[in-house]
Amino acid sequence: MSTPKRIFVKGNEAICHGALTAGAKCFFGYPITPQNDIPEFMSAAMIEAGGQFVQAESEVAAANMLLGAAGCGIRALTSSSSPGISLKQEAISYMAGSEIPGVIVNVSRGGPGLGDIGPSQGDYFQATKGGGHGDYHLLVLAPGTVQEAYDLTIKAFDLAFKYRNPVMILADAIIGQMKEPLVPWIPQGLDPDEGQDWGLQGAKGRAPRLLKSLFLDDGALAGQNEKLAAKYRAMQVETDQELFLTEDADLIVVAFGSIGRIVKSTIRKLRAQGHKVGLVRPITLFPFPSAVLLDLARQGKRFLTIEHNMGQMVEDVRLAIRTVADSAFHGQLPGNLPTPDDFEQPILKALEG
Amino acid sequence: MSMYQDAIIAGFGGQGVMLIGNLLAYAGMNAGLNVTYIPVYGPEMRGGTANCTVVVSDDVIGSPIIRSPVSLIIMNGPSLDKFQPQLQDGGILILNSSLIDPVKSDKNRVKVYAVPVNEIADSLGNSRMANMVAIGAYVQATGVLPVKQVQDSLGSVISEHYSHMIPKNAAAIQAGADYVIAHGQYV
Repeated sequence: MSTPKRIFVKGNEAICHGALTAGAKCFFGYPITPQNDIPEFMSAAMIEAGGQFVQAESEVAAANMLLGAAGCGIRALTSSSSPGISLKQEAISYMAGSEIPGVIVNVSRGGPGLGDIGPSQGDYFQATKGGGHGDYHLLVLAPGTVQEAYDLTIKAFDLAFKYRNPVMILADAIIGQMKEPLVPWIPQGLDPDEGQDWGLQGAKGRAPRLLKSLFLDDGALAGQNEKLAAKYRAMQVETDQELFLTEDADLIVVAFGSIGRIVKSTIRKLRAQGHKVGLVRPITLFPFPSAVLLDLARQGKRFLTIEHNMGQMVEDVRLAIRTVADSAFHGQLPGNLPTPDDFEQPILKALEG
Repeated sequence: MSMYQDAIIAGFGGQGVMLIGNLLAYAGMNAGLNVTYIPVYGPEMRGGTANCTVVVSDDVIGSPIIRSPVSLIIMNGPSLDKFQPQLQDGGILILNSSLIDPVKSDKNRVKVYAVPVNEIADSLGNSRMANMVAIGAYVQATGVLPVKQVQDSLGSVISEHYSHMIPKNAAAIQAGADYVIAHGQYV
């Protein structure tokens, strides 16, 4: 058996490798911890790949540069961490309204406000419920491993262009800073004409196009919102999740990203002691794997949601299973690195009911 | 029987703990195993201890962060105070006896290998290789990987510019392993 070539990289670097192999041609950013490895890496690699790198004067500028580049039908991305992502929200809302397909990476940290530079999942609501103003959604992908950071970045560009919608990669300081082996792969069949049918590449020889989020004519905004809503419904087919030892489980732990993988260690230990615990790790946070959870609830299983915040995704879990079950919750506070030991007692308590 | 080993490697900033953490992880990956490496950053980086956690396993690795490790490499006194209480009963402790009195180790609860890594590195001509002596001792004491696997992975963590230093670092790793063979456990 030949082992595929593995490289040993941080999650932040994996996101860069993924973006470059997916054909990203523009990166716009502004420094903030714990995502700084991304612009550092891109400042050289994006140029070598024949693309453009701009360290903007602010996050607001970087996000609007993304809007501009992606509006030309180019694969482009920006990255930041929580406070910087807040500053990008206006442009993200405009991208959603104008149906412009950029990729936004949030290597999230503690909050609110400046918070700290450690890991946190406090940006779940911001990522999945809009974040900026208006009635819109991003597709939100949450890597749990360095390999997934690579894979999902490639997928983010495909989804962004498939739906002409901004896509967010929601990682955290753990996924961004940890190193793991990565097997790089090259996506096949990238469409060279992608974005040519709607992008703003210059109107010579064709009718001019307009990308906008302003709809003042009677019924125009209603039509646009209806169109977006239909798009969000269509995105449901993209739902993805990892199921770990769920089949015979009495208790299902629901956890995403870094917490999803850390709690897996706790579950292995408790399984060895005979406790029937399983894990659902949502990989897409929007669309959310509601149908999978409802199916498990109908089988009579009980639920515990664990997050690195004081309770955000748990609302989506409860919404998914509300007709048959409820979910307990354990919130890990930011400011501390979570370990498998932290989740042992909460899971045992939930098992007792 | 599945293989699993985790380690916290801790010392002063500048002692090269991140480098040997990376080296151990690379060696594990080159041996075809799954590995994770995570540096711990935060206030403690500024003047206190630097540390990283490495996990090596033939199974899928869940958590890259470990509170109660099965092994430790401790390069300075403050790190011993911080991490020794968390070491699992019967766990392995590589202790830098150049800077820490091994009397402070919990030798009745854990397996201690007291290695004067600074002196050994000095005797090889470069005290900055103390970290390599420590990882050599660690690999010998735990048996997690063959010593040669770690030596052969030096090219992954030492840049091309310093590649002429690889044989000396490999010798320092060997010296650490040899010290453990010669002196055994601290009792």
